[in-house]
Amino acid sequence: MLVIRNLRASIEGREILKGINLEVKEGEIHAIMGPNGSGKSTLASILAGRDFADVTEGTVKYYGKDLLSMAPEERSREGIFLGFQYPIEIPGVSMVNFLKTAVNEHRKHKGLEPLSASDFLKMMREKKELVEIDSKLANRSVNEGFSGGEKKKNEIFQMAMLEPKLAILDETDSGLDIDALKIVANGVNRLRKPDNATIVITHYQRLLDYIIPDHVHVLYDGRIVRSAGKELALELEKKGYEWIKTGEENSVQTWKPGMS
Amino acid sequence: METRNELTDKFSRLFSQTIPGIRASSFELFNSAREKAMEKFLELGIPTRKNEAYKYTNVEPLFRHDYDSFFIPGPDDFAKAERFKCDVADLDSHGVILINGFYPTIADKIKKLPGGVWIGSLNEAAKKFRDVVEKHFGKYISGENDSLIHLNTALASDGVFIYVPPGVRLNKPIQIINLVESEKDIFNQHRNLIVAEEDSDVSLIVCDHTLSPNRFLTNGVTEAFVGKNAVFNLIRVQNEHNNSSKITSTFIYQESGSRVSSNNITLHGGLVRNTTKHMLAGERAECLSLGLYLADKFQHVDNYVNVEHLVPDCNSNQLFKGVLDDMSTAAFNGRIFVAKDAQRTSAYQRNSTILLTPDTKMNSKPQLEILADDVKCTHGATVGQLDENAMFYLQSRGISKAEARLLLMFGFAHDVIRNIPVEPLRQRMDDLVMQRLRGELSRCASCMVKCG
Repeated sequence: MLVIRNLRASIEGREILKGINLEVKEGEIHAIMGPNGSGKSTLASILAGRDFADVTEGTVKYYGKDLLSMAPEERSREGIFLGFQYPIEIPGVSMVNFLKTAVNEHRKHKGLEPLSASDFLKMMREKKELVEIDSKLANRSVNEGFSGGEKKKNEIFQMAMLEPKLAILDETDSGLDIDALKIVANGVNRLRKPDNATIVITHYQRLLDYIIPDHVHVLYDGRIVRSAGKELALELEKKGYEWIKTGEENSVQTWKPGMS
Repeated sequence: METRNELTDKFSRLFSQTIPGIRASSFELFNSAREKAMEKFLELGIPTRKNEAYKYTNVEPLFRHDYDSFFIPGPDDFAKAERFKCDVADLDSHGVILINGFYPTIADKIKKLPGGVWIGSLNEAAKKFRDVVEKHFGKYISGENDSLIHLNTALASDGVFIYVPPGVRLNKPIQIINLVESEKDIFNQHRNLIVAEEDSDVSLIVCDHTLSPNRFLTNGVTEAFVGKNAVFNLIRVQNEHNNSSKITSTFIYQESGSRVSSNNITLHGGLVRNTTKHMLAGERAECLSLGLYLADKFQHVDNYVNVEHLVPDCNSNQLFKGVLDDMSTAAFNGRIFVAKDAQRTSAYQRNSTILLTPDTKMNSKPQLEILADDVKCTHGATVGQLDENAMFYLQSRGISKAEARLLLMFGFAHDVIRNIPVEPLRQRMDDLVMQRLRGELSRCASCMVKCG
């Protein structure tokens, strides 16, 4: 569903992504790991349509369409979901109002009628149960006054409501205690279907104890320097990122321009 | 163009022409104040931008226009108001209809609403509630240097009187629909008096709505007295057309333990100037002064707020927010005065405005005069654009840019609405704000008048 070829991007003239290649198929879970500043969040933002980085080279195809030419709201309606590392507080806009607007925009895109108020509330109830979200959160303004954990759970709740084809979870585990981490992971696992996919971006291995990835990629200095199965995450956990940094030159899987 | 002297001469002539008629229908105390008020007005003249209080709002051109009439309601107008009354539907409040600020009933010039609140013409009240009117009329505007208040005292022929007897607590708000309507351009002035006695509790919604496209100028003055431990909420919903100018001056005097909120919700209007003065004159009195202004095209909205802490242990809170589109402009002046002995005062003030285009302009000015030393006081003002991060967050959920902007503006405005102390009104106000932001507001959906 997603094919990234030689993606290069800069922020204010400084190159952050230096040629990313990645392919995600339906039903897969990919983990992208890497130290701070390696470009993980920039990649997530570019996929979701945030325009703070300039794409200088490369292509991103989503079901064969040119993803980069689509507006953020179109990408969402086509099934892309970004779980924010720092979800935004929007005072005065209720979760109900926000999600009703979003769900109905998605429905309109699919040629469906808007949900009635009662059907919508029923849907909210069901999804709240599915992802074990405290029912009170839904009565408040979007993320306003939410704790770090509540914000992340709320991201998973929104994901459940919008049922994306491709979810990109940007450091969803950061700042979570173990209970919140389990709730987030359970949510992701329960929403997993044969025809959707998830990209989990994380700094630590511990989320991957609960969400088992099919592929693990290590992003370092704007490049995917290593790709392997789930065992790579464990290896990273044991050896640390220094291993990747020092071993970079010797690694057979190191990406070099022209490869892929 | 006429000079400033010619302009004041115009009002001097207006005074001599209309005063006999006004005097005849008006009460003695009112009449006795007129000559002096006119003198004071002529001495001060129409405010210009050189006047500190009108620095950001140029009202002079409004007074230069030659209005066809100086509105004094006649039998035709009374009949018109009766017609509107027939269309009243879905009444979930005590409803009263005014024409151009006047209480126009012929037979029933003052009446008792269910629950025990009296409402009617101020002139009529001066007969029935003589002591009340004499005790309060003109007391809370004294010492004012705004010439337009003097002009009102000199020439207003009548207005609305509301009397809430001691201990009377209404569970439904009183809704006053003020229809601004005439086939001519009119300048109208009315004078209101609200007396909420000890331990009473009343909420009053005043909706201003223009019905005809003529050019209007309103200069209305309201004095309100709120007795010991009484609760008084005043909610103004201003929805007038672009050719209409509204100047309101509201003076609220509070005794000990009373709680007051003033809520100025400006949805639409060519030029709006709201002066709101809160006098905290009894210990433990609290006031909340809220304002929301949504302006576009060439509209201008000015809120001039003055909170005076005259005694110890009072709380005040000012919150004014607005969204400006196109080339609209707005101003906020928030004064906090704390008298020398008003210790343990808490006074807060916040003003935030979103500018949607580079052609809009906001002037925000805090004005703090604190003479006591044990005071908690904060103020802050922000002017900015819609939050880019929040925009992206909404868009990333599939919400279009236009809809995301609407949601953010609504959320911004809701911060004011959610502070309105009358809970059942919040949903209605939210709906009105949403309609306004969508550009769908012709008449207010909650209005009991079905005026099409």
